[in-house]
This record gives sequence, C-alpha cells and structure tokens, in this order.
Amino acid sequence: MTADVSGQAGVSMWRDPKIRAVFFQVLVIAIFLAFVFYVGNNTIENLEKRGIASGFGFLSQPAGFGIGIVVLMDYNAQTSTHTDVLFIGILNTLIVAITGIFLATILGFVFGVLRLSHNWVVNKIAATYIEIVRNIPLLVQLLFWYFAVLSVLPRVKESLYLSENFLINNRGINFPSVIPEAGFWMIWVGLLLGIVATVVVSKWAHKRQDETGQQFPTLLVSIALIIGLPVLGALIAGIPFEFDYPKLGRFNIQGGWVLEPEFLALLLGLSIYTGAFIAEIVRSGINSVSHGQTEAAHSLGIKPSFTMRLVILPQALRVIIPPLTSQYLNLTKNSSLATAIGYPEIVAIFAGTSLNQTGQAIEIIGITMLFYLTISLLISVFMNWYNKRIALVER
Amino acid sequence: MAIVKTERHPELAPPVSQTGVIGWVRENLFSSWLNSVLTVVSIYVIWQAASGIVSWAFINANFIGETKADCTGSGACWVFIKARFGQNMYGFYPEPERWRVNLGYILGAVGLFLVLSDYVKSKKWPGIFLFVIYPVLCYFLFYGGFGLEVIETSQWGGLFLTLVLASVSIFVALPLGVLLALGRRSEMPVIRMLCVGFIELVRAVPLISVLFMASVMLPLFLPEGQNFDKLVRALVGMSLFSAAYMAEVVRGGLQAIPKGQMEAANSLGLGYWKSMGLIILPQALKISIPSIVNTFIGLFKDTTLVLIIGLLDLLSIVKGGTTDKNWLGLATEGYVFVAAVFWVFCFSMSRYSIWLENKLHTGHKR
Repeated sequence: MTADVSGQAGVSMWRDPKIRAVFFQVLVIAIFLAFVFYVGNNTIENLEKRGIASGFGFLSQPAGFGIGIVVLMDYNAQTSTHTDVLFIGILNTLIVAITGIFLATILGFVFGVLRLSHNWVVNKIAATYIEIVRNIPLLVQLLFWYFAVLSVLPRVKESLYLSENFLINNRGINFPSVIPEAGFWMIWVGLLLGIVATVVVSKWAHKRQDETGQQFPTLLVSIALIIGLPVLGALIAGIPFEFDYPKLGRFNIQGGWVLEPEFLALLLGLSIYTGAFIAEIVRSGINSVSHGQTEAAHSLGIKPSFTMRLVILPQALRVIIPPLTSQYLNLTKNSSLATAIGYPEIVAIFAGTSLNQTGQAIEIIGITMLFYLTISLLISVFMNWYNKRIALVER
Repeated sequence: MAIVKTERHPELAPPVSQTGVIGWVRENLFSSWLNSVLTVVSIYVIWQAASGIVSWAFINANFIGETKADCTGSGACWVFIKARFGQNMYGFYPEPERWRVNLGYILGAVGLFLVLSDYVKSKKWPGIFLFVIYPVLCYFLFYGGFGLEVIETSQWGGLFLTLVLASVSIFVALPLGVLLALGRRSEMPVIRMLCVGFIELVRAVPLISVLFMASVMLPLFLPEGQNFDKLVRALVGMSLFSAAYMAEVVRGGLQAIPKGQMEAANSLGLGYWKSMGLIILPQALKISIPSIVNTFIGLFKDTTLVLIIGLLDLLSIVKGGTTDKNWLGLATEGYVFVAAVFWVFCFSMSRYSIWLENKLHTGHKR
C-alpha cells in the first residue's frame, strides 16, 4: 500500500524502504560471501604452501606426548591417539567445571547472605572478600595460588601430616583411596535406590502437603535415604572395599589418591573468583524482594529463619537464576585459563600440544569451539528449564 | 480535687543502651547470642589475618637494597619490585625514550578529564581531541616516526602494554558493538541473523580460543606475505571479543527506550540513521554507561590473557621476573604486586561506575 502511494507521488524507487531493504540485504550477503571466499581461498593457498593436509585424519594418529592428569581413562603416550587427548581434555574440563560450579555456588550463597547480615563485622568481611576478589584478574589469582601458595608447600620428603594418612606437599594432597572388591556394585545399587526413593518421597510429601497441609521432614529423610541405603548395601555385601593408604616411598608417595596442585589451584581460583560474583548476584536478588514480604511473613508469625527459606529465597531465586546461569557459563569458559598453570584440559592439551604437533589449526580450533558451544548450550538449556520451573505463575 | 497531672512530664532521654556507641554496638554486633559469637569469632579471625599480613607486607618487609641478598628480614622482599620497576611499567621500551609513554599518559589523562568533567560544558573539542587526534598522536608517539626513533612493538611491555591493549580494544569495540546491537535489532532478517550469529558464537567460546584463533589462524586467512604484528593480532582478537559483549550491553540500553521515541522521530521526518543518532542512541548509551564501564573492567582484567600467546603485559613480565635466577622464590611478592595494581584500577573504575549510576539516575528512585 505504502509503495503504491509513494509511487503515485512520484518518489523514486530508491526512496522506497522495502526496495532499499532488499537491496541492502543482497549487498550484505554479497559482501559476506566475497569475504568468506577471499578468506577461504587464502587459507587453502597458505595451507598448500605449508604442506598441511586438511582433514580429520590426524585424530587417529598417535599423540606421542605425556599427560599429567588422567582419570577414568587409560592413556599411553606411544599408542594413544589425538582423539584420546581430546576426550581426556573434555573430561578434565568437565571435572573442574562441575566441582567448580558446586563450590562457587556454596561460597556465593554463603557470602551473599553474610553480605546482608545486620552484624557489622560479618557484613564487612563479606564485602571485603567480594571487593578484593572481583577486582583482580582471574589469571593473576590462578598464578598466585599455583606459584605462590601451592608450589611453596614442603617437598614430598617433608610432607605435612594432617593425620596419619592425609599428607600435604608440593605435589598435592594425598589421601586414602578406596579399592573396590567383589560385591562393590551393591553400594552403587544402594545409592541408586536412595536417589529414586528420595524423588518418590518428595513427590509424595508435596502431594500430601497440598491435600492435608501436613508437613513432612523431606530433607532429613532424603539425606538418611541417600547415605543410609549405600551403607546398608555395603553391610550386606560385607564391606566390599579396602582402603589404600598413601605411603612415603623412596622418591614419591605410593598408593592412595592425590589431588594435584594444578587441579587444586584451578579449582580454588575458579570457585573463589566466581563465588564473589555469585555473592553479588545473590545479594541483589534478595534485595529485590520487597521488604513488605518480610513484614507480611513476620506479621503472620513466621519465624525469621523460615521467612528467609520459605518466603524470601523462592522469590529471590527468580531474579538470581538468569545471571547465575551466565556465571556458570563464565566459570566453564574460564577453566580454559588452566593452560597457564598446566592443568591438562581441552585448551591446554588439545588446542595447545596437539595443535603444535600436528599444525591442524583450523580443525582443532574448530572442534574446541564446538565443544564450548555445546557446553554453553547445554548449561543454558538446563538453567532455562529450571528457571521456567520456578518462574512466577501469573494469571 | 482532681489528682490529674495538668502539665506535661518532661521528655526523658532515650535509654543509654539504645543510642550512641553502646546502642550501635548492641544493635549491630551483639543483638543476639548467635550474633555475639559471630562477632567475637570474626574479630579474632580478622586480627589473626590482619596482623599476619601487616607484619609480612610492612613491619618485617625489606624496602632498601639492590639485590636479593639485601632481603634479610622475614617478611616480603619489595626490593624485587623496586629493582624491576622500570621493566614492570614499560617492558623493554628503551629507557631514554620512556618520556614518550609518559607524555602519552599525561595527554590521555588531560583528554579524559576534559571529556568526563562537569566543569567543561562544551564537549565538542575535547571529544575530537580524545577520539580523533589523540589515537593518531599516540601511534606516532609510541611507535615512532616524524623524527622519533621507531620502537618495535615486541619491545613494548609491562603496564604500558596492558593499558594499550585495554584502551585500543575498547576504542574499537564500542562503535563496533553499537553497530552489532543495531544490526541485531534490525528488521532486515539477513543482517539480524549475521549479527546474532556473530554475537552468540563469540560469547559462547572462551577468550583464549579467540586469541589462539587470532594468533594462529589469522596468518592463514591473509594472502601470503601479508602478516600482522603479534600485538595487532591480539588486538584484533580482543576487540572482536569485547565488541560482542558490548553489543549485548548496548542492546539492553536500546530495549529500555520506549517505542514511542522512534515513532516520534519518524513522524518528525527523521530517517533511520538520524533518528538513531540523534534520538535513540544518546538515550540508550546514557542508560548503559554503567554497564559499559563494567564491561570495560572485565576487558581490562582479560588483557592478562595475552600472557598465553606470549605478549609481555604486566602479569607476563612479572611472571618472567619471578623465574629470574637472581630473584628466585619471590613469586608471592610479584603476584601480590600485580594484583594490587589491577585492583587499584578496577576498584576505582567500579566506584566510578556506581557514582555515575547514581548521578544519571534522574528520578524513579525508590
């Protein structure tokens, strides 16, 4: 319609917004394609000149370098391939990201609540933690933990003993490991049953509360179930495991499990840094719940501790969840800083060592970015689902 | 015979336990037994930590001397920082030429003051100076030309390099971010999709992988023989990365402007660019200034990541210093120094952003 009118008024075609939009978009596509073509062409030429064959064949070649921290997988420098390196990298990233998210959430919620405390001293301690940690680059903190704290711990020979089987030295923290014996599966079955029972019980308790108003100590019962059933399983199978204690050998510590300083530094750095940001998010979330809610709860005679748990926090969570999601994403992405302290996660060993050995820059960086894209997508999908579940149901 | 008191009883002073210092202490420190325990425990912890830190950093610390041998006290060895101070600040920039960097700092500070200060009413000339003349001036001042000796960027380092990285990235990222944000809200599907794709892709990956990409893959993308300097490659990576974050900040600002503003501009006969430039963007940018400053703080902290691709920024040069065989075992001093420098910059910027937020908050405050 507008085009007709403007056409009748004798305005040139160039002034028609619709035609202009089409023209601009075609132009942009053309420029974009030309850019892609130019870059692609250059890349192919450069690769040919350097004699690098593109493709994913390198993934099945033996890697030929050692990796410091390998869990749940077998790795051998001579026979393992670059695919194994990729999977070890992914696994190590996930391990540090998940434990980091867990610790950072606890730290963040604790300090976020402390920051709101009426106790002046406690309040200022929380404020100091937040303001110091937030304003120092994460990389500086990681290097500090690694080179200034964990590296200056005593050498293996002079290990610190927290207790007889709990050693701390500059190669990490050693503690007894659990060696499963026949019948160990009973414990896993117990754990699984415990989780299933918890879900069932909490659903039942929720339903009963909706119908009758009677409350049920769900939390205590769940803890009892999740801890109790595996213990029961272990007792039935006749304690199907043995402890392996770390022993000071000739040069190194034998037996037991060890948390390496690289892992510890990364975990400490990531969770303390992200924890400070989460604390601020929690504080602003709680502050966003209007004070009338607290007053209403008090006037109904609800105890202060219950007011926080049942009235304020559920409403605050709605404000907290979206920025919390981006902090979780940040933590996962920041785990790539491990390169600087030598924790073997995906960027350090795959986009680092593997890339240097094979020279397949495009493929390797592509795979690495794809991995981070997938993780980002998964975390945001999960958090969006959770956000929807706790969102305010309006009319 | 009334026994009713006719005159008003004089007002009593409020109870001592509720006013003054005692009242404050009761209210804030010892309001319940739990609070009292918390207070006592926290004060004990603070005392322990503070006395340890103070005696390490000041009382038992060593300030005087030239070499590590002069550090005889049990505390920190600040001689290490003092001896390498020039290198920490300027990298390997030749000593007789360092006045050029200092001059650049002074001019930048003056320009920034003129642009940000309330006392200067007209922002036209300060703006032109800071955003047009100053960058060109700095290029020749720092790099060389016009009779000044050329200093290769491989010799740049220390805090100087950190500041160059941060300011160039923000200088490029801000306009680029505005364009990306406009593109993301464009009604043309092709432009919108390209912008969304770029923003989301960059935001989903860590900065390190972008830097790796810039340092490893950029040479592959360009025709043979055309190769950028290492610093420029890092700058390209950092600018593109922060542009994506900046775009989201600006988009937040754009979304907060009511639709009526655009409609009013259109009905006055302003075209897209004029209504954006004169009506929408000034308002949108104004409300997003605090977030822009916050993004800049993040960017400033992220400049440390160039350590991984081998540039000698402040962190990197101090880290190198801690492995110097004449100064072994002083990692704590080194990293505490870097942390303190970054803290001062970031903390003052965050305070500035809070102050600005309050200043710009015209009305609507509960």
